[in-house]
Amino acid sequence: MAVKVIIPTPLRAYAGKQESVELQANNVAEALSGLTLRFGDLKKHLYSDDGKLRSFVNVYVNDEDIRYLQKDQTPLRDGDIVSIVPSIAGGVHR
Amino acid sequence: MATKSEVSANPEATTAPLSLSKEEILRYSRHLIMPEVGMEGQLKLKQAKVLCIGTGGLGAPLGLYLAAAGVGRIGLVDFDTVDSSNLQRQILFGTKDVGRPKIAAAGDRLRDLNPDIQIDTFETHLSSENALDILKDYDIIVDGTDNFPTRYLVNDASVLLGKPNVYGSIFRFEGQVTVFGYPDGPCYRCLYPEPPPPGLVPSCAEGGVLGVLPGIVGSIQAAETLKLIIGVGEHLVGRLLLFDALAMRFRELKLRKNPDCPLCGKNPTITKLIDYAEFCGIRGEEAPAPQTYVPEITPRELKARLDRGDDLYILDVREPHEYQICNLGGHLIPLGDLSKRVNELDSSREIVAHCRSGKRSAEAVEFLQRAGFRKILNLKGGILAWSDDVDPSVPKY
Repeated sequence: MAVKVIIPTPLRAYAGKQESVELQANNVAEALSGLTLRFGDLKKHLYSDDGKLRSFVNVYVNDEDIRYLQKDQTPLRDGDIVSIVPSIAGGVHR
Repeated sequence: MATKSEVSANPEATTAPLSLSKEEILRYSRHLIMPEVGMEGQLKLKQAKVLCIGTGGLGAPLGLYLAAAGVGRIGLVDFDTVDSSNLQRQILFGTKDVGRPKIAAAGDRLRDLNPDIQIDTFETHLSSENALDILKDYDIIVDGTDNFPTRYLVNDASVLLGKPNVYGSIFRFEGQVTVFGYPDGPCYRCLYPEPPPPGLVPSCAEGGVLGVLPGIVGSIQAAETLKLIIGVGEHLVGRLLLFDALAMRFRELKLRKNPDCPLCGKNPTITKLIDYAEFCGIRGEEAPAPQTYVPEITPRELKARLDRGDDLYILDVREPHEYQICNLGGHLIPLGDLSKRVNELDSSREIVAHCRSGKRSAEAVEFLQRAGFRKILNLKGGILAWSDDVDPSVPKY
């Protein structure tokens, strides 16, 4: 399935400065592993050391939170948009 | 200590809260002639009590629009003083306010904008000790803060007191807005159970914010607050609004109340305020990287050695756009590119690495030590300290 993953501003530095990435994936886990395979630096920002998706990073398929779907096994269809939405505090460095 | 000063310039307005004076009718006429607000809505605004936490980038448009709209009582919480680097986005303040407490400058500005309303000022850090006491007198809480501990504190205190929390946050050119703490709606912990560990919070190389972004996000927070007071329209409860100023695009995601939320779920485990510094620091922290010894040189020592003619190679690990602001004539390799470009460096020469404040260059020194470099020093305090101690003509940013 051809899907688009939207990279949030704070993580773009680790994803070749791209806003979004198009890739092939049948479910969310495949989409994210495809993404981290392409951009290795993203991995530590998305997953903790025990391989779990970090609790300050939410993943949406279209407008729905995967925690309320089938988590990373949520199936994807052609044209789905996967959004990575990390928490941002609004800090402006001094 | 919370300091509080209350000003009500128009005693008539406070003694007759259920009517508007002739002057007020004129002032709010563009509200009054709209059926969605009307006299009923305007009187609700006049009786409303809103607490704005933070008077910075988000708090500025928020405070201005709430005061202009005639919200009868506005509380402001901030502990900071106005710095000239705030003026790029914090439109409550002018150049004359630099150095003043934000709370004083904001209070003056809002009282000038609308002398008929009451402004309460709290010049304090919001903390677990004072939060419930400060929040309890207000109907709606608006979160315009800039750090995770305070955001969790504001959320928890709002939920414990059963008050809506109009949330906005910003990063560079992207913003998030929603309303938490509404009956049956989600809270911040439903969305993000835990904060990022400190090591993964963006460093200063990735910081910064487009000045107008908090203006837009704070204005959306103001609109949501006014709608909640008047009771019109659709609220952002259960919806996370994402705004990207670069793409100029709004998106909306569904937010659900988490039945297992430790704060607002069915079986809450958080029933009082906690230690938020600990929650966001120690508990959220990954196993810390082993602290290796980073050899340092102070700006004064570096200057003396350069003056002596020592052969030192200056390595600048900041970003190219920072180099354009000011530089020490060093060789530029951004920290993120260092592993790819390490072959540009001559390990036989003595290298002094620097960045803005010394943090990124410490990482660079550690990396180069692991890569086998032996003669490598970190410039302590970075270009900021160089400006302070050696050459004040170098601008600080």
